Amino acid sequence: MPTKISDILSHFTQGNSSELIPILQAVQAEYGFISEESVYEISEYLNIPSSKIYGVATFYAQFRLQPPGRHVINLCTGTACHVKGSEKLIPVFEQELKCKAGETTKDGRFTLNLVACLGACALSPVVNIDSDFYGNLTAGEIKKILRKYK
Amino acid sequence: MATSTKLLISKPVNIWMNDEPMKVEDTQTILQVARNHGIHIPTLCYLDEITPTGSCRICVVEVEGFPRPVPSCSTFVKEGMKIHTNSPKIQAIRKVIVELLVANHEMDCLYCERNGECELQDLAKIYNIRDHRFLGSKRQNPLDQTSMALVRDPNKCILCQRCVKVCDEVQSVHAIDVTKRGFESIVTSAFGKTIHESSCVLCGQCVRVCPTGALKERDVSTEVREAIDDPNTIVTVQVAPSISVTIGEEFGFPIGTDVSGKLVTALKRMGFDAVFDTVFGADLTILEEANELIKRITENKTLPLISTCSPGWIKFMEHEYADLIPYMSTCKSPMSMQGAIIKSYWAKNQQIMPKRIFQVAIMPCMAKKFEADRSELVNDGLPNTDAVLTTRELIRAIKKFGLDLKSLPDSKYDDPLGESTGAGKIFGASGGVMEAALRTAYWLVNKKNLEHLEITQVRGIEGIKRAKIQLTPELTVNCVAASGLKNARIICDEIRAGNPNNYHFIEIMACPGGCINGGGQPRGMDLEVIKQRAQALYKLDEQYTIRLSHENTAVQRLYANFLKTLGSNEAHHLLHTHYYPRSERRH
Ligand code: SF4
Ligand code: SF4
Ligand code: SF4
Ligand code: FES
Repeated sequence: MPTKISDILSHFTQGNSSELIPILQAVQAEYGFISEESVYEISEYLNIPSSKIYGVATFYAQFRLQPPGRHVINLCTGTACHVKGSEKLIPVFEQELKCKAGETTKDGRFTLNLVACLGACALSPVVNIDSDFYGNLTAGEIKKILRKYK
Repeated sequence: MATSTKLLISKPVNIWMNDEPMKVEDTQTILQVARNHGIHIPTLCYLDEITPTGSCRICVVEVEGFPRPVPSCSTFVKEGMKIHTNSPKIQAIRKVIVELLVANHEMDCLYCERNGECELQDLAKIYNIRDHRFLGSKRQNPLDQTSMALVRDPNKCILCQRCVKVCDEVQSVHAIDVTKRGFESIVTSAFGKTIHESSCVLCGQCVRVCPTGALKERDVSTEVREAIDDPNTIVTVQVAPSISVTIGEEFGFPIGTDVSGKLVTALKRMGFDAVFDTVFGADLTILEEANELIKRITENKTLPLISTCSPGWIKFMEHEYADLIPYMSTCKSPMSMQGAIIKSYWAKNQQIMPKRIFQVAIMPCMAKKFEADRSELVNDGLPNTDAVLTTRELIRAIKKFGLDLKSLPDSKYDDPLGESTGAGKIFGASGGVMEAALRTAYWLVNKKNLEHLEITQVRGIEGIKRAKIQLTPELTVNCVAASGLKNARIICDEIRAGNPNNYHFIEIMACPGGCINGGGQPRGMDLEVIKQRAQALYKLDEQYTIRLSHENTAVQRLYANFLKTLGSNEAHHLLHTHYYPRSERRH
């Protein structure tokens, strides 16, 4: 059973705004993301309005505010993939999944991430889904590939 | 801390602004000095009385010896500074800032409510922006139309953060913040919740300071127009106490001019079938509320009694201080009381089927749109109010109708819901409800009137005004009037902490200074203007022949012929309401 948020909070004893970022990091480390409920608890604990916490959490790319999907898509946008047109694949994924890069689909099936380099430049452009790699990716294949993941 | 030390010790310094020598205090910013000397520096994010965010940079000036231009709104003057506010370099910088703002702005000025009165447009004009030098992608965020009162168009937002600061520092609601970053940045509530889902109380104070068309009221003037044009509908209208002393400003009258008579003419010409004064409803509220106060005191019931005229305050209380519900007055607001009476008493006297009546209220308030929509404010299946127009919507409607307010003759409000008193008129200023209620409470316990009607301790634009008023030798009522939700929060915390000041009676208004500074009033935030509007109301009070709510003869007839007695069953059915918690405290 994961630690309760109140247990995480109890490690932060100053109870002031300087602890906000470390608390958000600790919560994310424990749960993999920062839930709405946890933001309200942090809000009560530090006496910082939830709108402000949300502002901070969305400002830093490191924080995730949705649970990761069942399948995680890492689309490579490193130099080699970029040269081979990976940028053009982003909107295709976004349209197919109906969610933006960095987000999770409404049904919780996929999370779409953009990553700097997967280290598989020979296959560029390349996408990694869970433990599978798909190289020389073309827009036309994306639909079919995604269908494999339930 | 640094700023507070600054405030304590102020010393004179010599500076030069645009080569002119000046002797000024070092507690002033470059911007303040410039304004005091008639030098205009443009600002987009700066607001008086609010911590500067320094986010827009349009106010930059050159200071000799400084490597870079500095924001004048947040830079204090220092001995020997040589400042240039409008050098060619500064003009060029400002032009680029405006060009960048324009580059990703949805430029549909012709369709925009702010066309002609938009601070971004003004700047584009001043800096002579004539072509699209930068081609930026435009943001395409959905319009937030989820609320009955407030509409947010993120694509017209220039991220100046004025709204965020006002919501934080004036109202302490903390409903919104700038979230995400870069091109994606957007002002929203936590977890991108819509206005409707958020804890926003719809006070509209943010709307009054927004420089662009990003924040506005939900405009219902078309619905009202359609009702007027429908021959089967009787359209009645009531006008809130503060409107007559604020609307004139937009038609060239000096600040604080009372234009009641012309306003009534304008509304009649626009086709309203009956034009009533909400001051009547205010007088009615006073009778019910003063009665409630005296009852609660003499019968040793729950105290303090807290006033409930301000719907933004009610929503705030329901979100964050629902534990205080037992203290709330059960009285509906003047608007809703008046609406209930129009659709019952007046309809009966006129032999009109109540369901044929479309009741419009002209209000200085955006939250009144939300109040009108509350499901409790319904009698016999009909809402007390069908549509609320803010002062701003009425101004636009009058202009659209081709009426020149200035040259209209005066007319009188329709009887009987047009009869008013000085007591009801001062409802429009913070402290007014309390003053009016105490005048009538005194009469209720002593069966005679106060010798001096003016209760000056609760007048003025201070956010919290305390007073002790002796009603009888044995009974002194401890009162406090608070306006602006930040001040309301202070008082609510006092009550939660056991009411150490032993208040009997509390008046709270969501907007700082009361309705004369309501979220539906003409835009801007100038303390001087608010003072003058308040003074205008108090002057009108002195000019009224009747200055006590219980002496309003139309209200007396209403009780004699219809409601019977104060607090009767009929009165409870039509004039009282209840409240409920909205969520736990979740800013
Ligand atoms: S906000 Fe101003 S600049 Fe933008 S469309 Fe409206 S009037 Fe034009
Ligand atoms: S909504 Fe208006 S006040 Fe708020 S940040 Fe945008 S432009 Fe500024
Ligand atoms: S309407 Fe009032 S509560 Fe809502 S965002 Fe604006 S200032 Fe805040
Ligand atoms: S007005 Fe000074 S930075 Fe915006």
